[in-house]
Amino acid sequence: MRHILSILVENEAGALSRVAGLFSARGYNIETLTVAPTEDATLSRMTIVTTGSDEIVEQITKQLNKLVDVVKVVDLSEGKHIERELMLVKVRAAGKDREEIKRTADIFRGRILDVTDKSYTIELTGTTEKLDAFLDALDRGAILETVRTGVSGIGRGEWVLKV
Amino acid sequence: MFLVPPPKPLDLQGLSMELQLPPLAETGETLTGAEIVIRCLQEEGVEFVFGYPGGAVLYIYDALARQKGTLKHILVRHEQGALHAADGYARATGKPGVALVTSGPGVTNAVTGIATAYMDSIPLVVITGQVPTKAIGEDAFQECDTVGITRPTVKHNFLVKDVSQLAVTIKKAFHIATTGRPGPVLVDIPKDVSNTATPFHYPAKLHLRSYSPVTKGHGGQIKKALNLLIEAKRPMIYVGGGAILGEASAEVTELVRLLGYPVTNTLMGLGSYPGTDPQFVGMLGMHGTFEANNAMQNCDVLLAVGARFDDRVIGNPAHFAAGNPARKIVHIDVDPSSISKRVRVDVPIVGGVKEVLQELLAQVKASGQRPDAAALAAWWKQIDAWRAKDCLKYDRNSALIKPQFVIEKLYELTKGDAYVTSDVGQHQMWAAQFYKFDKPRRWINSGGLGTMGVGLPYAMGVKLAFPQAEVACVTGESSIQMCIQELSTCKQYHLPVKIVNLNNRYMGMVRQWQEFFHGNRYSESYMDSLPDFVKLAEAYGHVGMRIDKPADVEGALKEAFAMKDRLVFMDFITDQTENVFPMVPGGKGMSEMILSEEL
Repeated sequence: MRHILSILVENEAGALSRVAGLFSARGYNIETLTVAPTEDATLSRMTIVTTGSDEIVEQITKQLNKLVDVVKVVDLSEGKHIERELMLVKVRAAGKDREEIKRTADIFRGRILDVTDKSYTIELTGTTEKLDAFLDALDRGAILETVRTGVSGIGRGEWVLKV
Repeated sequence: MFLVPPPKPLDLQGLSMELQLPPLAETGETLTGAEIVIRCLQEEGVEFVFGYPGGAVLYIYDALARQKGTLKHILVRHEQGALHAADGYARATGKPGVALVTSGPGVTNAVTGIATAYMDSIPLVVITGQVPTKAIGEDAFQECDTVGITRPTVKHNFLVKDVSQLAVTIKKAFHIATTGRPGPVLVDIPKDVSNTATPFHYPAKLHLRSYSPVTKGHGGQIKKALNLLIEAKRPMIYVGGGAILGEASAEVTELVRLLGYPVTNTLMGLGSYPGTDPQFVGMLGMHGTFEANNAMQNCDVLLAVGARFDDRVIGNPAHFAAGNPARKIVHIDVDPSSISKRVRVDVPIVGGVKEVLQELLAQVKASGQRPDAAALAAWWKQIDAWRAKDCLKYDRNSALIKPQFVIEKLYELTKGDAYVTSDVGQHQMWAAQFYKFDKPRRWINSGGLGTMGVGLPYAMGVKLAFPQAEVACVTGESSIQMCIQELSTCKQYHLPVKIVNLNNRYMGMVRQWQEFFHGNRYSESYMDSLPDFVKLAEAYGHVGMRIDKPADVEGALKEAFAMKDRLVFMDFITDQTENVFPMVPGGKGMSEMILSEEL
């Protein structure tokens, strides 16, 4: 089962390696990991997408809470939440393909950020499934390069993760 | 007939337990980082620092030499010994152990000792030198990524890059090491930081928003536990090292006696309940007693106190659960991640074991409810039938020295009141089975990491803490060689510990597994070319004895313990073929024991 963990950590050197090290040392999966400082500069917020049984995810949450640099852990998948991922895709766009790629990007609400006579670089934001679907809609041979940020997530409504 | 002159009598004054705190820090006094380290240790009431100097800690060692307080440094012969000695001191006293080592190889040598303490949740503060901040990352001489290397083996660690943060960081280190589930905390100090001056303030209080261990248990959960316990027909109380770390022996003992239930201790929990009491059914686990393991497997309500259901205790968790799916488990632990980790628990109670047991005791007394006497009598009848198996029986008529016999005699001679340290292997299990510990913190061994070589440095740490007490190190010819250099430290500081070497010329536990599970192929487990331990002890300035007949065992122990001011190395030449029984083979359930042929 897929879980999205949101973690507030002290914005200290080494905090990221403590979290990442915990996952590798105990054999847990990390599908994606994102981290950046929050509006409070002393705190960073991480979003980790992981998979595992309920028992394993319970252990992951407990082990994360045990780290001295970790201030709070929430499993966003336990409640209503929003998740988004950003992707940049560079595609070969020449001749008759140019129009088709542009149309596909429009359908997915992508933005073309950079254009040359042979390529487009497209920005796309959405859930992991939407980004995957966009790549599936493109001609695989046309994809020159992709880069994805991994998932960021936030609770819906009044559900707030704060110190 | 000693080749060396007898040493000066033990200087007990110099090692006095009396703590003379230096005057509190004056606000704004300007000190170097090195001086701050020493002052912080004094503020924390540290008696001993176990360490070894080197380039990156020279300023700290200089400040140590110039200190006005009574902080005593113990110079070991290898950094591993420093960590184990600090760890042994902490296990025996309950106070944090402190070690000081240099960068690079000083740290890498210390890692085994840090990991040993971490696995058994022992509070340590480890101060390490680091290359100057400007040189970090340049592959400088004696540089290693200390924070990175030690990260998975510490409760927390710090690299102090700014001297103004040094005092508060050391304060945090002591706080984190000693609260919640204890553990080692490391503070890495670059050389330039130790030589930079700053105003010194030692904070009296700390607030860490990301660290606040729970101590008080949830009242509702405790009530649920009470109901389960009172209604139990076949109850069992299983107490681990957490009861010792949490100073809860008195509460454990009161609860067990109040309810009249059977109790077992893990290897780490020995002494938390009196080992000579009839309600004690012995240690459980891979080499636990027949009665303890069967009671664990067959009980209907299990109360686990400061224990973690590890693989050497309950064996295969699937067998443990499948063999008795109706069993209800109550688990008290200060660390939430220990609960429902290997075994699903019905009533989890997060909190300090002492606080939770006090609340549970109060609720038992207030409720006026008492257990079902008839059911309990039937359960005890079953346990006594298991006990009648006499699973620790061994051949008492052998012409060879049986290791179990040596431990029994050690127990009798020391009246069960010695501090016993051990190394890791067969001798450790025999000591745990045959020395009956009535008090907590008397049994000092490496349970989690299983580190050979800890026994002698553990004994040093204990003897420094309790110079008047008898301290025996039960070891084997393989383990003792892993930190043998510390015999020199014992000489320097006049630490007259007694070494009980059960010498079977094999890595005994490895040999036992090879006999049972690898077709008697004793691959590399024979200890060839052993030193003459008698001469070796003498070479270090101690007394050596070699004992090879059962009839001489008692006399040798008496003679050795009569030499109050000498370290005596007793080399007992024991039966090479003796095995530790009972044994739960790896991957099996805990009632699937191999028993001795003597039975």
